Amino acid sequence: MSDSILEVSNLRTSFFTDDGEVPAVDGISFSIKEGEILGVVGESGCGKSVTSLSIMGLLPHPQGKIVGGQIMYEGKDISHLKEAEMRKLRGNDLAMIFQEPMTSLNPVFTIGEQLTEAIRLHNHMSKQEQNNRAVELLKLVGLPRATELLKEYPHELSGGMRQRVMIAIAMSCNPKVLIADEPTTALDVTIQAQILDLMLKLNQETHTAIMLITHDLGVVAQVCKRVVVMYGGKIVEEGDVKDIFNHPKHPYTEGLIKSIPDLYSKKDKLYSIKGSVPKPGSIKKGCLFAPRCDYVMDKCKEQVPELLGSGHKSRCFLHQDEA
Amino acid sequence: MSELLLDVANLKKYYPIKQGVFNKTKETVRAVDGVSFKVNKGETLGIVGESGCGKSTTGRMIMRLIEPTDGKVIFEGQDILNLSKHEMRKVRKDIQMIFQDPFASLNPRQTVGQIIEEPMIVHKMGDRKKRQARVQELLELVGLSAYHAKRYPHQFSGGQRQRIGIARALAVEPKLIIADEPVSALDVSVQSQVLNLLQDLQKKLNLTYIFIAHDLSVVRHISNRVGVMYLGKMVELADSETLYREPKHPYTQALLSAVPIPDPENKTKRIILSGDVPSPAHPPSGCPFHDRCPVAKAICSEEIPHLRELADGRLVSCHLVD
Ligand SMILES: Nc1ncnc2c1ncn2[C@@H]1O[C@H](COP(=O)(O)OP(=O)(O)OP(=O)(O)O)[C@@H](O)[C@H]1O
Ligand SMILES: Nc1ncnc2c1ncn2[C@@H]1O[C@H](COP(=O)(O)OP(=O)(O)OP(=O)(O)O)[C@@H](O)[C@H]1O
Ligand SMILES: [Mg+2]
Ligand SMILES: [Mg+2]
Repeated sequence: MSDSILEVSNLRTSFFTDDGEVPAVDGISFSIKEGEILGVVGESGCGKSVTSLSIMGLLPHPQGKIVGGQIMYEGKDISHLKEAEMRKLRGNDLAMIFQEPMTSLNPVFTIGEQLTEAIRLHNHMSKQEQNNRAVELLKLVGLPRATELLKEYPHELSGGMRQRVMIAIAMSCNPKVLIADEPTTALDVTIQAQILDLMLKLNQETHTAIMLITHDLGVVAQVCKRVVVMYGGKIVEEGDVKDIFNHPKHPYTEGLIKSIPDLYSKKDKLYSIKGSVPKPGSIKKGCLFAPRCDYVMDKCKEQVPELLGSGHKSRCFLHQDEA
Repeated sequence: MSELLLDVANLKKYYPIKQGVFNKTKETVRAVDGVSFKVNKGETLGIVGESGCGKSTTGRMIMRLIEPTDGKVIFEGQDILNLSKHEMRKVRKDIQMIFQDPFASLNPRQTVGQIIEEPMIVHKMGDRKKRQARVQELLELVGLSAYHAKRYPHQFSGGQRQRIGIARALAVEPKLIIADEPVSALDVSVQSQVLNLLQDLQKKLNLTYIFIAHDLSVVRHISNRVGVMYLGKMVELADSETLYREPKHPYTQALLSAVPIPDPENKTKRIILSGDVPSPAHPPSGCPFHDRCPVAKAICSEEIPHLRELADGRLVSCHLVD
């Protein structure tokens, strides 16, 4: 597995709150290969954002802490780097875009100021060169009127345009890994289609590896090659996108896929998983999905299954002997 | 033949934007610009369209939570826009709304029992004892338990809160429910529970729904007929089978093609529209979609197309469709 650029192993991240320790990410392992698009899916609260913040060294201080595991970037553990070193890495190798582009752009600076600041962070260029590069980046992400846009403020742009600016800023350092946390969730479908198209294009042209976090199985199916499915702070299934959608192993993945209404044919009644997503730490023993699972066995209520399998992995006692 | 419940005709909402020191009205936002549709008893009409196209404004005008600038809303044969406040109260009982954010729409200081009982008090229904029995009944109807009445909203998950919102809407035995993005804030696994519940209730209570959402798959699943809105106008309206199988308006086609299908074997060719939805303060001349339309012709920027009926019964507003 020497071709993986980022390797997360047994990562555990907790929040220390008045109610005690909240295990938001509970021992997850996965890797991203150079130039690939990895999808991370799961429902609200399963730990997707905490995973990405852990990798980027952006956990809220001091409540959020990595309490175990490793994050290997190009063979070096970055899980406990000093802030200065981490910042250097964030400026050059790792970049991130968030769901809400408005909150991540500064409203009092122009697009040009924010973009050239990002460029300046990791390049020694003259003012003119910085400007040229900024225009080039805005064109790269498909924004029209690039030169004028540099002088405008975030509130003058639509949501889709702001997300393109965020992507331009993220791409300004030619990152090797781009973490996109729900980059299209706040956008309309036609604008989402534009942004996903853009991300695929950038991935092909620049060979940047992308970790695409989303709760939308449609987005994953259309864009990603490999998928990680999270539930309750753990990875419950991992594999090639076709295997996951055509032959889901974990009952949660299976239920999730069956719950989506179909655009092409009308079903009488939708499948629905009973109950709701548990709060982290609320289930003390056994498989976290056991209370909602149609196939639950006695064993599931007592022991936690491991993530097993080669290629297509799942964390379920129904599939433990296949490994 | 099915019975007509609601007839909305040429409904408009214009917002003046005041500018400058003298507050002279310079521009207007055409939030809803001449929308017409009919809803039959017992059916579900879906309304889809992207952010800002006027879906919520349309829904709220039907209840007169927003006063229309122009148009007619005929409910059970009477134009409710002419009704006095007092007469409107009775109609309010017949038309209820369910909102997107179940948390924001529930008072955090009231118990679930009080929340569900309140509309019955407002409409002077039954005595205290009867109302409370009804609260228990409603809780069970939406898949919660009688003992939940004593709890507060924050003790419930998103899906459970949406059930509470549904129970509250049902409390006054409405005929029409306007559901504005009722499942948009919910997780996929919980979304299907709420959709199933809404369908079960419709059958059991012979309810009529106007279901507003931006998720086209969800709308298809729940609706008999679907209307597509763009920039304050209805651009296509047809029964959902017809609309999804063979969309005619170029905007409907683009919208449908943009939906990411949860099937990796089915990588559909997406129609990528250029640019963004224009501002409703400056709608383009002619067809509101012409500046993004991949097939626009000269006429599209010159003349405003009107909604007309095609041979298959669908309504579409496009110069180029015949
Ligand atoms: N600052 C915090 N303090 C305490 N708990 C937190 C904090 N941030 C996140 N959590 C908890 O960690 C868990 C994982 O959160 P995370 O934000 O990673 O979820 P997510 O998968 O990104 O969900 P979403 O789809 O809603 O964005 C949640 O249960 C959340 O409540
Ligand atoms: N009070 C107001 N003053 C001025 N403009 C308004 C007002 N309320 C709504 N609008 C505008 O009217 C248009 C329609 O808004 P509406 O809320 O009906 O859209 P929507 O289709 O429900 O969108 P969403 O999917 O985001 O909920 C928008 O452009 C909005 O900005
Ligand atoms: Mg998140
Ligand atoms: Mg709305």
